[in-house]
Amino acid sequence: MRLRRRPLHRFAVPLPRFAGEVRRTANLPHSWGRGTTKGWRGRWARTVAPLFAIACLGAAPEPPAVSLETLLAETPAPKLADYRLFTDAAGRRPNAGLTPYALNTPLFSDYAEKFRMLYLPPGKAAAYRPDGVLDFPVGATLVKTFAYPADLRRPDAQVRYLETRLLIRKAEGWVALAYVWNAEQTEAVLKRAGTRLDVGFTDAAGQARHVDYAVPNQNQCKECHQLDKALLPIGPKARNLNGAFAYAEGPENQLAHWSRLGLLTGAPNPAQAPRTARWDDPAEPLEARARAYLDTNCAHCHNPRAVASNSGLFLDLEETRPAQLGVGKGPVAAGRGAGNLKVGLSPGHPDESILVYRMASTEPGVMMPELGRSLTHDEGLALIREWIARMPPR
Amino acid sequence: MIRFALALCAATALCAAANARTLAVAPGPDAQERIQTALLDAKPGDVVALAAGRYDLTDGLSLDVDGVTVKGAGPDRTILSFKGQKGAGEGLLVTSDKVTVRDLAVEDTRGDGVKSKGSDQISFLNVRVEWTGGPKETNGAYGVYPVSSSNVLIDQVVVRGASDAGIYVGQSKNIVVKRSRAEFNVAGIEIENSMNADVFDNVATHNAGGILVFDLPNLPVMGGHSHRVFRNQVVDNDTQNFAPKGNIVANVPTGTGVMIMANRDVHVFENVIDGNKSAAVMLVAYVQKFDDKTYNPLLRDVVVRDNRIGRNAWDPQFAGGPIVKAMLGGAVPPIMWDGVTAYPGIADTVKVRITDGPILNLNLPAPGELEKARPVVAKTIGDVQVAEPKAVVLPKPQADLGA
Repeated sequence: MRLRRRPLHRFAVPLPRFAGEVRRTANLPHSWGRGTTKGWRGRWARTVAPLFAIACLGAAPEPPAVSLETLLAETPAPKLADYRLFTDAAGRRPNAGLTPYALNTPLFSDYAEKFRMLYLPPGKAAAYRPDGVLDFPVGATLVKTFAYPADLRRPDAQVRYLETRLLIRKAEGWVALAYVWNAEQTEAVLKRAGTRLDVGFTDAAGQARHVDYAVPNQNQCKECHQLDKALLPIGPKARNLNGAFAYAEGPENQLAHWSRLGLLTGAPNPAQAPRTARWDDPAEPLEARARAYLDTNCAHCHNPRAVASNSGLFLDLEETRPAQLGVGKGPVAAGRGAGNLKVGLSPGHPDESILVYRMASTEPGVMMPELGRSLTHDEGLALIREWIARMPPR
Repeated sequence: MIRFALALCAATALCAAANARTLAVAPGPDAQERIQTALLDAKPGDVVALAAGRYDLTDGLSLDVDGVTVKGAGPDRTILSFKGQKGAGEGLLVTSDKVTVRDLAVEDTRGDGVKSKGSDQISFLNVRVEWTGGPKETNGAYGVYPVSSSNVLIDQVVVRGASDAGIYVGQSKNIVVKRSRAEFNVAGIEIENSMNADVFDNVATHNAGGILVFDLPNLPVMGGHSHRVFRNQVVDNDTQNFAPKGNIVANVPTGTGVMIMANRDVHVFENVIDGNKSAAVMLVAYVQKFDDKTYNPLLRDVVVRDNRIGRNAWDPQFAGGPIVKAMLGGAVPPIMWDGVTAYPGIADTVKVRITDGPILNLNLPAPGELEKARPVVAKTIGDVQVAEPKAVVLPKPQADLGA
């Protein structure tokens, strides 16, 4: 049986962008590494640190553990609090058994910040797999909170939680649920049919932005999260977890950390494991960054085993055939989404590539991905444009 | 009486759940959430009943439960309007099996109208999908859109205004499209990369092209074959092609009745084909460049017989049309075959039997090589017997739905 870990040890500041610049801000209760937005790292941690410290200092009785029974119940709980994943009503303080993690290249979600955690039932571990998502035990739950600060330049202030999504591994497979936070930020309730939320924030350039944020309906969760018609997580693949995270004890590779704590079995040394590039790290090769971006943002559907299989456009990291990557490939069922362009990807010519056209669009019926965004991801688009522009024209 | 009810039940797979419920939804505020909740709550055998009225929807709806019927009060009474749609690629998406969508209308979706992906026994009955602003390039691509599905029934459906195909069946097998009407679309009805389709008793009118049967490269399902297109009215397809460029249907000449491309075992018979200015029937190989060694661009084993061919092809809109017209002294035969019978690396022999002449055989040496055409006009072409595909048989419960 693995040792019970004190909560403080599980949480830490995430890594800054480059190794060697690690901030040694120990003893912060919570944090998420490698977010999509620069400057975000550690802000949540800083916000809730005092609260957490108070909670830990007192000789208060330990809060009741996560309710595995509720997680595994046939009927989803009406309120997020029912699972006891957090020890406070606001969902800022994770309960014992939750481990924060980050992905090398995450999905873009309208500039929302995402706080990810893995819950594993006591004594259980995930099994390593070199391909696809890790093999998680029954009861494993991925907890992901989507949030916006009022001003991206002041990421610690006025952070509004929108929704917390759960992916629960049940005996019969994974179940996806979305809990939407109230305006007072005191309670998140189950929303199976999806909803729209009005979000305003100031972006990194100081511009006021507005998002008609979409909470997906339960089927839409499945649209993105399915492989061979079964619902699966997308993010926690060994290769996308294979990067450093700044834990309280210091930065450590996530696979190594999970292995060391008994959360993961069978993993090789991280250097021997596959690794997805960081899309936003200019030190990495352009090709690797672009393919990582497409893999995370597109390939959950554009994959021979997923929702967009009929398109014949496959953007997963494993795909090597030019036509399947869109090179010289005409549109099939794109309709006006083709934007009067003739091929998915025209090497050397981003403006002649349907891929770029659809990533740039914010129009339903044209934009890709179809779900999960209403804004253009300017930085992601710039990356893909550059990748295509630098390909030798055919 | 009980025995009768049981017999009826046995004949209907949807009766599988003895305690089938009706989940009723009425128009009004929060229609989006109420319909979607019903679609999530439905259990096999249930009916999601949408009362008459107009539902203003802001996002796509989706159904992923087997054996559910989504039923309105009629295609002019229950109207799902997606005019204010903010997200999703279609109005209603079905990803489960044994689903029937019937008696309702879907209007003004931003992308496709009603789609099924990977469904077995999917039926669309008495459904109208329409873009109410008329034919526009900014309309969604497909009206009724089953893809990667099997046992597809489309019956008494009406589609208007699709910027690609009104009724489009792709990468599917065992398909019946009947008693439906497709008008003011780029393509009326299109069967693409599919196997065993019976398309009959439909009306395709005022589209750019009436009925298309295509096979395209670089797709997971290729090698389309065994289709019967019969007893349709393919008349006055006269809407200027308004498809966004790049899409394959953008190449369909305005005023095409029936077009068959790169397929095998396709029989076109007993249709009324009239008032199509480019051609009544166009038979061609795939002409575009492709990089796919497993793809066969040839059209082979085709029969065109016993159609009532009216006035067609008086102003052909395809490339080289005016030249062909001039070469032929102003009278272009209504049936055109590109005459391509071979392709490098393909061993198949091309058999055709066309009896509704006059027929223009362009005698192209290779797909699309119009400049090397050696046009010949014939009364009939081919006399080989090409066996007609067997009639498509759907599973009984589904066949009964469309009886």
